[in-house]
Amino acid sequence: MDFDLIVRVYPFFIDAAGVTILLSALTALLGLACGALGAAARLSRFALARFVGATYVSVFRGTPALIQLFILYFGGPQIGIELDAFEAGVIGLGINAGAYMTETIRGAIISIDKGQKEAARTLGLSRWQAMYKIILPQAARLMVRPLGVNLNMLIKATALVAAISVVELTYTAQRYIGSTYKPFEMFLLAGILYMIIIYATGRAVAWLDRRVQIT
Amino acid sequence: MTDHKEFVQIRHAQKSFGALEVLKDISLTVERGQIVAIIGPSGSGKSTLLRAINDLDPLTGGEVWLDGVQVNRSLPFRQYEKHINQMRQDIGMVFQHFNLFPHMTARENVTMAPKMLKGLSKDEADALAREQLDKVGMLERIDYYPSQLSGGQKQRVAIARALAMKPKLMLFDEATSALDPELVDEVNQVMKKLAEEHMTMIIVTHEMDFAASVCDRVLFMDQGVVVEEGPPEVVFKSPEKERTRAFLRKHLEGAR
Amino acid sequence: MGLDFTVIPKHIDIILLGCLWTIAITAAAALLSFFGGIFFAVIALYAPAVIRLPFRLFEWVFMGTPLLLQLFLIYFGLVQIGVDLPAFVAGVIGLGLHFAVYNSELIQTAILSVDKGQMEAARTVGLSRGQALRKVVVPQAVRAVIPPIGNNMIALLKDSALVSVIGVSELTLSAQRAIGATYRPFEFYILAAAFYYAINLGMEWVQRKIERRIALSR
Repeated sequence: MDFDLIVRVYPFFIDAAGVTILLSALTALLGLACGALGAAARLSRFALARFVGATYVSVFRGTPALIQLFILYFGGPQIGIELDAFEAGVIGLGINAGAYMTETIRGAIISIDKGQKEAARTLGLSRWQAMYKIILPQAARLMVRPLGVNLNMLIKATALVAAISVVELTYTAQRYIGSTYKPFEMFLLAGILYMIIIYATGRAVAWLDRRVQIT
Repeated sequence: MTDHKEFVQIRHAQKSFGALEVLKDISLTVERGQIVAIIGPSGSGKSTLLRAINDLDPLTGGEVWLDGVQVNRSLPFRQYEKHINQMRQDIGMVFQHFNLFPHMTARENVTMAPKMLKGLSKDEADALAREQLDKVGMLERIDYYPSQLSGGQKQRVAIARALAMKPKLMLFDEATSALDPELVDEVNQVMKKLAEEHMTMIIVTHEMDFAASVCDRVLFMDQGVVVEEGPPEVVFKSPEKERTRAFLRKHLEGAR
Repeated sequence: MGLDFTVIPKHIDIILLGCLWTIAITAAAALLSFFGGIFFAVIALYAPAVIRLPFRLFEWVFMGTPLLLQLFLIYFGLVQIGVDLPAFVAGVIGLGLHFAVYNSELIQTAILSVDKGQMEAARTVGLSRGQALRKVVVPQAVRAVIPPIGNNMIALLKDSALVSVIGVSELTLSAQRAIGATYRPFEFYILAAAFYYAINLGMEWVQRKIERRIALSR
């Protein structure tokens, strides 16, 4: 184990970890937005919206995220979409994560007992009022844990943007492996930083999950 | 609305799920202040009929009228939604499994709809919650969550929630069937109190004694039709139809 | 630049070959991850502490870091310690180990939930602890987790695209080769995506069949 090397290069890894965190945060936000839209589409009363939602989920979960990223980043310019690597990373991974989150959000909503909606409608609430006042507050509590799993997967998936040369943790590790021929040391550095990020978000999710439970 | 003697009117109600016909041409009139019990074996269609009154389970044929207004009008989606939400504010419903909102306290369960739909202020809503919860004997539990209440207490809060909308009609869908036997009476007491205040009620129930003591009229349903109807003393003591007799025999034996 | 899908037929053979490699690597890694998962689960639950605790650490590290990083470690790490494996083998090992850890998690939970009475019953007829595990407890646990393991296998298919970065000529890298010759990334990545999607649908179909079989055998 070459500790001198680790001490020498770790500041670069710290910077890269910052990029990974930023990328994860933006991707998570976009993923949540896509997931909410996707779930709304899948639960819509319009057959066309349901079809679009189901197709979105099936296609984006049914093909590799790496390919989706390549289509957007390398293929995008052919259809007039010019993005830099970071933007392509956020958008590509965000839409991909959104497909998984769609199922999480939808699953939580449909698991709420039918009687809740009936009781709300019986009082005279509209579909939308029943949804946001009665169903969503209960579903939101059920979503926290599985969305936490989605978030965990998403953080690890941000490594894919190394393949389009975004200088985040995995790219940095790869580059230093190439220049130093010390794969174990570089893996150790990057791995510890990933685990810190994942452990911290896991704790945050667990805390949030406890906070939102009904007494 | 002036006083329609035929306060609730169901005309030729028909309901099928595919080939299965669960309601076969049922007509029923309830006058203002009347209390009607619907009894019958499970699968007889009695809950379906009740749930058709506020269009929770829409009929496939026939009409439901309340106080001179047709409930199940066929309208374009948006207009229908507006219409039915308005109608449902006048029709309180109590469910077998309470369906209290678990993320809200008793107070919030009661005040949610009046605040949202009738624009009550916080103080008005609060006074309303106290009044209604007091009426069902739950005032001291006003800030409890449903999970902290017994089944009977939950059902009483659910009744208060429905009453807070000042409904013209109350529907009870086996309100005591899910309760432990010792908790049934506290809910029955509340329903009796409503009867004394001349609330119009339609009650689907398994409890013959209760039906006999509070109702003006009893309907016995079986296989989607009304087999027999009349005052409780007649239907329970000297039913005309053999099917009614058989049901009562079985049921009263089961109860004892 | 516009789109021109007519360039595809000329390069379809390389793409189809890539498909075969993707199927091969997915199948090989799936097998490794399945048996590896069982093996890991038994170690994680029953091995003596000197083995169990370091092993838990290994599991924890594998679940807390990205697959791509693990692939770099395995590919370049093996080279560093003097083992020069073909990229395909390194890819199978990387994917297989990664998913073995995830399968192991599932199987551990399932083993713990197999009725305690099963172990006791097996012991009373004279089986040793190891025999009872092998013949009674583990088979039941594995059967219970076949559906979620199926989900992991489908995830494995999609993650197999990552081994393109260590030079395995599977579908993704084949698409890149075709793009190198034609400069038509959109067309060939869409084509690759379509093939992945088709294989994915095929796997989902098989998964449903198997689940129905299991449901019947219960």
